[in-house]
Amino acid sequence: MNQPQASTLKNLDEVRAMIKRHKFNDYIFSVIGLLCLMVGLITLLILFIDLIQSGYPKLISADFYTNFPSRRAANAGLLSALIGSTLVMLVTFVSAVPIGVMAAIYLEEYAKKNWLSDLIEINVSNLAAVPSIIYGLLALGLFVYMLGFGQSILTAGLTLGLLIMPVVIVSTREAIRSIPVAIREAAYAVGATKWQVVHDHVIRYSFGGILTGVIIGMARAIGETAPIITIGALTFIAFLPPSPITDTVPFINFEWLSSGFTVLPIQMFSWLSRPNEAFHVNAAAAGVIIILVTLLMNGFAIRMRYKMRQNIKW
Amino acid sequence: MNTVNQLINNPLNLPDLQISNRLSKNFTRHFKERLIEFVLLLAALSAVLTTTAIMGILLYESYGFFEHVSIVDFLTDTLWTPLFENPHYGILPLVSGTLTVTGVALLIAIPIGTISAIYLSEFASHKVRETVKPTLELLAGVPTIVFGFFALLFVTPILQSIIPGLPTFNMLSSGIVIGIMVIPYIASLSEDAMRAVPMSMREGSYAMGATRFQTAIKVITPAATSGIVAAYILGISRAIGETMVVAIAAGQQPNLTFNPMDAAATITAYIVQVAMGDLPHGSIGYQSIFAAGLVLMLMTLTLNIIGHITRKKYSERY
Repeated sequence: MNQPQASTLKNLDEVRAMIKRHKFNDYIFSVIGLLCLMVGLITLLILFIDLIQSGYPKLISADFYTNFPSRRAANAGLLSALIGSTLVMLVTFVSAVPIGVMAAIYLEEYAKKNWLSDLIEINVSNLAAVPSIIYGLLALGLFVYMLGFGQSILTAGLTLGLLIMPVVIVSTREAIRSIPVAIREAAYAVGATKWQVVHDHVIRYSFGGILTGVIIGMARAIGETAPIITIGALTFIAFLPPSPITDTVPFINFEWLSSGFTVLPIQMFSWLSRPNEAFHVNAAAAGVIIILVTLLMNGFAIRMRYKMRQNIKW
Repeated sequence: MNTVNQLINNPLNLPDLQISNRLSKNFTRHFKERLIEFVLLLAALSAVLTTTAIMGILLYESYGFFEHVSIVDFLTDTLWTPLFENPHYGILPLVSGTLTVTGVALLIAIPIGTISAIYLSEFASHKVRETVKPTLELLAGVPTIVFGFFALLFVTPILQSIIPGLPTFNMLSSGIVIGIMVIPYIASLSEDAMRAVPMSMREGSYAMGATRFQTAIKVITPAATSGIVAAYILGISRAIGETMVVAIAAGQQPNLTFNPMDAAATITAYIVQVAMGDLPHGSIGYQSIFAAGLVLMLMTLTLNIIGHITRKKYSERY
């Protein structure tokens, strides 16, 4: 009579010990997991603090933002890179966003399930995974030499446009897909044509989602260095491209498109690759500007997406 | 009688003509719709065009390269010195550099990324997940040039104080930094795969008395394997194609070695190095970067296809 009871009790102790052990394992793992998550976060923090610390003397000097690059580190500034980045982004936006959004609309709203739409889809997902430097080689062979655009703002803008197009397509498709079919059916039911449905409803309701995708894509384009170096744009630019706006009719000129240029990451790279350490301060300051711009754009986009997800109740 | 008929056929008493006109096929309206569809199709085809253009340019310029260099030399020669007096065109040193950096990056990214994914998917509260995932996305958005600065001027000095005699340019620091860059991709995609495992499998495991850790390791991870592998493959493809970190911090000298303490150029670093100089269009040096690019493209393309197939398999699982 006593025998089994004792063994049951012993078993119970064993079971309790086992539960304790496994709960402890759970605890250990959650600590390790948290630490692993922190690696990325802490790196980001260290990176940012290190950059600010190294670039501080330059960051607070107004000359840094209004000077051209110079042979002397103390005088070198970001002006041509700031203007260059702005103009290149303009070309990128104009070339990538309309085509990207249109492609996404086709794939989501028009494409029938056939070999053609399969082919396009495979190409889009493949392009998203092509290393950025390959786009640089494409631009070097195609834009710079075959089409004769040279190492110009136009070449750089188009290259980055091709690079971010998959980003725009994918995020636009996601935004469109989140609109319920009922909305489309309601529009069709009152006699709207396909384009009217797309134009008056689909694009309008997915506008926020499209915008977040565009912002994330543009943030990527601003920081992208490799393809721009590959087209051979790492040169000393101490001048500004011709202004896009003139004071004579027709007030707009396109000469700036074929002008030489430099952009923020290229300027940072050129400072960083100099042996003279004084230039590393400039590189750090340029890094702070780049990281601030991309973090702000990405942060804004991610926050916007998060808000939208919470607010929309179909 | 007439009135009753009219009421049945045309209850609102609209003129016949107007109805038939509005309902008949309107040519201009039809034409506009087809035109718009055609324009949208053209936009979508630009993706196909881009891929074709990439392959076309790479093959075209590489063809010029392979007219001077035999493919056997290209694949077996152990020296890569296209710009020297006595040029050698063996891609192996560049490939070894690329693989070494990628290897170091994976040693960092796979364990940390996987554990982060398991934690996010199985352990973290809703609130933690909602804060951490956007932060990971932010990390993924940091430009690579900034990571290059970090590798050269922050990580390398620290490593040098730990490992005496480490050269300023080395593959170790670039590998570590690329590994940190790849963590968000691996963590986020693996987490997606784990979250796609149906709740019933978790509930079954808990009902048997398993703890979270046991469920995560013995049930969720095996069930999500193909998705996790696809995430790894994407990570590898990112690490192979990464350019600025290695161009800045790993060195410029092609070097047939698998020792991460050495300096060595990768495929991408070589392309950057040549593009920075002023090579005449059509010269063998100019063509060599396209041949190197073709090798890079084929490597990532193969990985992408394998990843695509693995992912397809996993989405058909349940």
